[in-house]
Amino acid sequence: MRAKPPFETVVRDHGPSVFRVCRAIVGTHDADDAWSETFLAALKAYPDLPEDANVEAWLVTIAHHKAIDVTRARGRRPVPTDVLPETADPGDGGGAQFEVLAAAVARLPHKQKHAVAYHYLIGLPYNEIAGILGGTPAAARRAASDGIATLRRNYLGDPTGFHGTRKGDTP
Amino acid sequence: MTDNNDGLVRDLARITEPGPDKMAELHQRLAAAAQREGLLDIAYRTIDSPVGPLLLAATEQGLIRVAYAREDHDTVLGQIAQWVSPRILHAPVRLDVAARELDEYFNRTRRSFDLPLDWRLASGFRSIVLHHLPEIGYGQTASYAAVAALAGSPKAVRAVGTACAKNPLPVVVPCHRVVRSDGAMGGYLGGPEAKRVLLDLEAAA
Repeated sequence: MRAKPPFETVVRDHGPSVFRVCRAIVGTHDADDAWSETFLAALKAYPDLPEDANVEAWLVTIAHHKAIDVTRARGRRPVPTDVLPETADPGDGGGAQFEVLAAAVARLPHKQKHAVAYHYLIGLPYNEIAGILGGTPAAARRAASDGIATLRRNYLGDPTGFHGTRKGDTP
Repeated sequence: MTDNNDGLVRDLARITEPGPDKMAELHQRLAAAAQREGLLDIAYRTIDSPVGPLLLAATEQGLIRVAYAREDHDTVLGQIAQWVSPRILHAPVRLDVAARELDEYFNRTRRSFDLPLDWRLASGFRSIVLHHLPEIGYGQTASYAAVAALAGSPKAVRAVGTACAKNPLPVVVPCHRVVRSDGAMGGYLGGPEAKRVLLDLEAAA
């Protein structure tokens, strides 16, 4: 049986991926608060976490609840520009496009946005996502694929939502 | 399908990526909040020293562990997680005083340590032995047999050896001052070279 590693290891191994999730689900402005509250709550509960638990799914579950709290506390949905981090502008003219994507993510319906973040950003399996969002794994899969299709439409300008050529890439 | 999503997923990763100093900043914020909320059971840091990098770990009560690199710092932190608490973070602030006193010791401006110690990792006879070690003055040595007598069990010479070999607070609790009766240096948990360095350092002061 493997002993539980120091919490420092959890922060090192999962801190960046949970941060990505926070940015996607609450936006840049509130991501730091959501991440901090998530890891503080996780630290508190860590001694009671079963040793065979999926640590990343556990952290995302906490982040999911903290994100709802943070968003509710602000009394608003994240405004579109909130999602764009300062690091996104590659300086090659892609900045504006990333802003479009960030805005498209922010506008996704709650379930789709969370399903996209949990599956496409950090690769959580759909049964874990269903455990977090409620509903069945099939519903989680559908929410993620609907979300991706919406992003494809709004970001890549693909009306069908199924074929990806970025707008402006070809004449 | 997956192929079609690759570009989009890559861009999603791009716009959610933490900036270069972001994780360090958040870590620092977490350590401070954990300390404030009473959730930082174990804080640790490492320092450089003439006997190599030393791991320092402390509870709210005091310094609980000093470890040599040859003990493997990750292994030691894993043991602390198992035996004391897994609520462990790299948080140098709590170790500031210990780091400063060790620095002074290695610079020969300090002869004894004035630090709160948490003895939880030593128990029973081992703990009794270790509590007597500070009675061996700076720059002096005592034999395993003499320490056994100090601890009130003159026949427990081997047990003294074991207690020294498992000292959770080397350097601070001076097991390096315990040597063999025939004058040979004897073993040391930090390795014979480290014991030599410490004995020479104290002898030169």
